[in-house]
Amino acid sequence: MNELKVFIADDEAPARQRLKELLSDVAGELPARVVGEAGNGLEAIERLPGSGARVLLLDIQMPGMGGIEVARHLALLPDPPAVVFVTAHDRHAVEAFELNALDFLLKPVRAARLAAALRKAADAGAPSRERLARASPGAREYFSVAERSRIVLVPVREVVYFKAELKYVTLRTRAGEHLMEEPLVALEREFAEQFVRVHRNCLVARAAIRGFERAGGGDEEPHWNVVLDGIAERLPVSRRLWPVVKELVGEPGP
Amino acid sequence: MASIRQNVQPDALPDFRNLGVIARILVGAHALALGAVIFAEAGPAQAIERLARAATLLEPLLIASLVVLAAASPWLARLAYWLGCAAVLGAVLALAALAHALVAQLLGAPALEGLARTLVLAGAASALLLGYFRLRVRAYSPALAEARLQALQARIRPHFLFNSLNAVLSLIRRDPQRAERALEDLADLFRQLIADGRGFVRLADEIALLERYAALEQLRLGERMRVVWELDGAPSDALLPPMVLQPLLENAVYHGVEPATGASEVVVRIERRGDRILARIENAYVGGEPAQRAGNRMALENIRERLKLFFDAEATLESRIEGGRYRVEIGMPYKTGEIRAA
Repeated sequence: MNELKVFIADDEAPARQRLKELLSDVAGELPARVVGEAGNGLEAIERLPGSGARVLLLDIQMPGMGGIEVARHLALLPDPPAVVFVTAHDRHAVEAFELNALDFLLKPVRAARLAAALRKAADAGAPSRERLARASPGAREYFSVAERSRIVLVPVREVVYFKAELKYVTLRTRAGEHLMEEPLVALEREFAEQFVRVHRNCLVARAAIRGFERAGGGDEEPHWNVVLDGIAERLPVSRRLWPVVKELVGEPGP
Repeated sequence: MASIRQNVQPDALPDFRNLGVIARILVGAHALALGAVIFAEAGPAQAIERLARAATLLEPLLIASLVVLAAASPWLARLAYWLGCAAVLGAVLALAALAHALVAQLLGAPALEGLARTLVLAGAASALLLGYFRLRVRAYSPALAEARLQALQARIRPHFLFNSLNAVLSLIRRDPQRAERALEDLADLFRQLIADGRGFVRLADEIALLERYAALEQLRLGERMRVVWELDGAPSDALLPPMVLQPLLENAVYHGVEPATGASEVVVRIERRGDRILARIENAYVGGEPAQRAGNRMALENIRERLKLFFDAEATLESRIEGGRYRVEIGMPYKTGEIRAA
């Protein structure tokens, strides 16, 4: 029988130790091998892609980045792992977070439940991005881009704008740009506090807006452009959105 | 609900040595006197004149009463509540008679109205003030009941309990003795949490509780948490309300250590400075979500109310963020004595 390759992410060392003990207890019925461990969310994103893990045992409360956000980023991998969430929350909290739609175990974990959850998750495969997004307690702190077989994280505060072009969305920072597959509408909904729509195809970080200047004349229709912090490029504001965007001039973003 | 009702604060005389109590008596007595003359006299001029005359008797009587009550405070505290009230009333009436006689001797009888009138007024004012203090304690006791309930819920918060149990489970095979100690710590902590929260506790016991709690957290957080204990100046015989320090340490771990990706330091400093006890708990300020910050504020508000109930105006609680550190500091009077069973 093939060994199931498992990755463990939990910020508490004794909790990781406990899961390893339980895995060896159930080895008779479910042969498994731990192929990697991580002590926080960022480590998990860095180490999991090269580990070959098929199932990820993922703690929900971790410093730096919580488990749900970790799973959302890892879902971009070409061959994402199945995920079993582990939490010390009680049932009420689990219901509040809509975790019921996902596979999860309550701490302390029982060996029999662990084996059943691993088997079920391995059969079902990775959770869908929609289900993960629904279970998220709030907006993400990072955007992620799959580059070859690893995940590149971009902190939300570093993003200057998003621009939709055909199939992709371009994410622009002061340092460079990345291509993402998320629809602009979903980004706008999740990050309504940090970003504002200035054009049908463009979201701009409120904090990056330095001002506006008039443009156009000649052949071009006259309009306003957004002047950005740290980037020479100007972005046109659509006539329809100008009244909303204008309001932001007086109040710098949060 | 029975457990909540049991929690009502027992009636007790106020601590007559507490500055807050003394201030309340002074203000209360003068307010009563002012009310009485305004009610009795036709115009403001007569009222002021009458008040000045009354003051010649009121002031010496008040001062004498406060001195006697402050001196007798420990003895009064040992009496049953109603007996204590009778003793206070008796003392005030005796002093009133004495003051009346003395003032009559010095200023001549015409300056004063009859002895009976003085005694009735002094007795009525004392009874009113005693009633006020009794109501005040009752008004605060729901806060206490709620605090206990909240503390219970907070500690039986799955987060702490289940993570701790999980850590103990991981120890059982590798280090059974340490697992045993951890379960003993957990038992002690829970025994304290479900204990009666009405009486004072000794600082030494409260510090032992802090150490048990820290040991449990250390178990699961390991090198991520470093607690620095600065307790050399802490007098072990000091008395303080229960469950004032432990929630602060728990907050420090919850807000300062758990969300940090690296190692984080918590400082616990308790010392005596003159006749005050200062307790300070300090952790790294990590920020956190609004809901968490609101939880922290609620916990602080609750501790503040309990300090007020036990120490009136003589206790302080301050929190501030300074240089990336979050600090909570409690100041309270250095009080020693027997622990009275409620």
